[in-house]
Amino acid sequence: MISYILRRLSVVIPTFLGITVLVFSLIHMIPGDPVEAMSGERGMEPERYARLMAQYGLDRPLPLQYADYISRAARGDLGRSIVTQEPVLREFLDRFPATVELSLCAIAFAICLGIPAGMIAALKRNTPVDYGVMGVSLAGYSMPIFWWALLLILFFSVSLGWTPVSGRIDIEFDPARVTGLMLVDTLLSGEEGAFLSAVSHLILPMVALGTIPLATLARMTRSSMLEVLGEDYVRAARARGLSPLRVVAKHALRNALIPVVTVVGLQVGTLLAGAILTETIFSWPGIGKWMVEAIHRRDYPVVQGGILLSATLVIFVNLIVDVLYGVINPRIRHTR
Amino acid sequence: MKKAVIAGLVMGLLAVPAFAAKTIVYCSEGSPEGFNPMFYTTGTTHDATSAQLFNRLVEFEVGTTNIVPGLASSWDISPDGLTYTFKLRKGVKFHTTEKYTPTRDFNADDVLFTWNRMADPEHPFHKNTPGVNYAYFQDMGMSKIVDKVEKLDDYTVVFRLKAPNAPFLADMAMDFMSIHSAEFAEKMKAAGTPEIIDREPIGTGPFRLVSYQKDAVIRYKAHDKYFEGRPKLDNVIFAITPDASVRLAKVKTGECQLMAYPKPADLPALKADKSINLLTKEGLNIGYIAMNVEKKPFDNKLVRQAINMAIDKKAILDTIYQGAGQVAKNPIPPILWSYNDKIVDYPYNVIKARELLAQAGYKNGFEMELWYLPVQRPYNPDGKRMAELVQADLSKVGITAKLMTYEWGEYRKRGKNGEHQAIMFGWSGDNGDPDNFFANLLSCDAVKGGGNFARWCNATYDDIIAKAARITDKAERAKLYAKAQEIVKEEAVWVPIAHSVRYEPVRKSVVGYKTAAVPTNHYFSKVDVTGK
Repeated sequence: MISYILRRLSVVIPTFLGITVLVFSLIHMIPGDPVEAMSGERGMEPERYARLMAQYGLDRPLPLQYADYISRAARGDLGRSIVTQEPVLREFLDRFPATVELSLCAIAFAICLGIPAGMIAALKRNTPVDYGVMGVSLAGYSMPIFWWALLLILFFSVSLGWTPVSGRIDIEFDPARVTGLMLVDTLLSGEEGAFLSAVSHLILPMVALGTIPLATLARMTRSSMLEVLGEDYVRAARARGLSPLRVVAKHALRNALIPVVTVVGLQVGTLLAGAILTETIFSWPGIGKWMVEAIHRRDYPVVQGGILLSATLVIFVNLIVDVLYGVINPRIRHTR
Repeated sequence: MKKAVIAGLVMGLLAVPAFAAKTIVYCSEGSPEGFNPMFYTTGTTHDATSAQLFNRLVEFEVGTTNIVPGLASSWDISPDGLTYTFKLRKGVKFHTTEKYTPTRDFNADDVLFTWNRMADPEHPFHKNTPGVNYAYFQDMGMSKIVDKVEKLDDYTVVFRLKAPNAPFLADMAMDFMSIHSAEFAEKMKAAGTPEIIDREPIGTGPFRLVSYQKDAVIRYKAHDKYFEGRPKLDNVIFAITPDASVRLAKVKTGECQLMAYPKPADLPALKADKSINLLTKEGLNIGYIAMNVEKKPFDNKLVRQAINMAIDKKAILDTIYQGAGQVAKNPIPPILWSYNDKIVDYPYNVIKARELLAQAGYKNGFEMELWYLPVQRPYNPDGKRMAELVQADLSKVGITAKLMTYEWGEYRKRGKNGEHQAIMFGWSGDNGDPDNFFANLLSCDAVKGGGNFARWCNATYDDIIAKAARITDKAERAKLYAKAQEIVKEEAVWVPIAHSVRYEPVRKSVVGYKTAAVPTNHYFSKVDVTGK
């Protein structure tokens, strides 16, 4: 088992290096630079431009900048934001809880609806129910998030007035920041109505962000379930006269869920990518919105640090899933 | 009976609402870069800092470009235009916060502190927040304008200029010249927390900063001792909402009372909405196409004039600005003083344009590149569409225009380097002085700085605007600028297209709100809200 974990870990370091090279070259390949981004329509004397580029260390050759960056990143120093002059790590940590809260709720939403929907579709295969579930999930999977989010806002907030349009909480509440998770902080503050306000603000972004994972999970559960339902042991269980519910719940579902668990782990990447759009639309102060603004302002340290930290998260979760998978399924540990 | 009276009393108490705090929520478009306006140049940041927290020595009257007293109650300019003496207002209080209680009123020391911090690299607070720049101070060349600043007494400050400079007074009203407290800085330094002065600044402004939740909400409370009287509002809240459609939804549902930058496509719906007032303001801006005189065939005046005649501006205004703009004939908009209305624009005349081209030796036209704006700007809602219209117009006179563009940052960079033949650009004035347009956009210095996209350097024009910047008599200056506009028209280095109108959707519950002309901030000191 330990050698298995070590094998998995040995892949992590090259992956990291690859990501840093990629991010570093991509962000510098995008036209423009932070100094130009500051000046707008106004002209800037070439001397001053050069001085500012030098101040941010952007006048040196790229490989040199990269080497410098990587050596400092290895020591845990991700630099400072060019715009705010705050350490990148602190800026990240300030915003990370908002993204975690949104992502966890979105994945919970996806699991709670997606897995039962996939099961039902599998059990009612080739009936209108099946076609309905699969049709809806295909639509959900294909829906551009920003458009879907705007539709949700227009319908539920503007037309019906059921949910607030955007933000994390009504402006009359200003709970003290303890964990950074609004649901937890409002409970801790004990202020009446604050928690409910936070919940109502969470619903639409949760649905918008959770739709793609939901559709993925529903389809995955359905196909995995169908496969298992065709296995001999399921047929045997039925033959022994077990109730259909018992067959599905006890014998089929557990085995069908093994690949689904992996997919849940893989959704972390999808969630972080989706968070960029979801957070921008719902004015959700997480890392997605932060990175978008940093890209606009060509705030290189923030973009590099933000992607590096997000990538760390994805790699870490995948590592855990890999390890868990090894625990669940011993065959994987031994072959490789 | 007794019971009934008590019940009545209780009912009465319940019916009267507890003291309801008056709050306005403004849906802003982005997060401020920080809270010290000295460091930044973006309107988003200045709106959240200078306009709410601070005052300047002189200020712009909200809604006009007129300069009115701010922290200086009056000022005097010496006849040679070299000495500006500001008499400071007495009894002006800085904010009191949890971390700081001022012991004295605003005085000359604060002015000197503010100026020297920006101007003097050796000033103890110059490098208070490492890595930042005093960008606007340098952009405006303040150190080149002012020789030194002196305190005559606690309430008199003198600015001595190196050379007469008429726009100087307007510069002093700009956001970056917001006055900071010297005492606050010293106290925070003594307490070992000098970074507080830039993170949680205090000023003399109508509102004080309460909290900033990054990327989400900025909260302000009324400054009880504001020198113009306590604002009617108790709270101002900036709800940071980057998506324009979402801002619109929030104004419609009443989650915000005002919003920044509505999309032109949403204007008809906003006009139709009975709960919203759609305020408009002629923009202090110009959208234009600059022809690079360093490149053939635009070194030839006849060609430039021909192009001016070939383009149907009226059609562009109707199609792209949808009524939210006016045709431009000069480099400055009509709301800016010294606008020369006597100028006759080149008429839209295809035949005449062809004649001029033939005269210039381009009987069969030519091929050219036209760079169009890759993004929506306040002075141009749709660069690509505009380019297509211009392309069609030019084809009628035999010119084949190839349309091209770059990513916005790259576009500006290449444009400032003069790599284009003809480029679509624009400008929004930032201090309401004509010099801010004439010098920034068309002077010889601006060729070097990159702001002059026609790369046109004309000695006569340069002399005139330099002279106009030296004298302080407004009528004399206006005459000179009128002359400068004649030269620009004759030389035809631009095709001035339009001055756009700015829209601000405001819910009807908001009373007394005025749209600002320059800078385009939101001022709430005299605003009230009624009902729900």
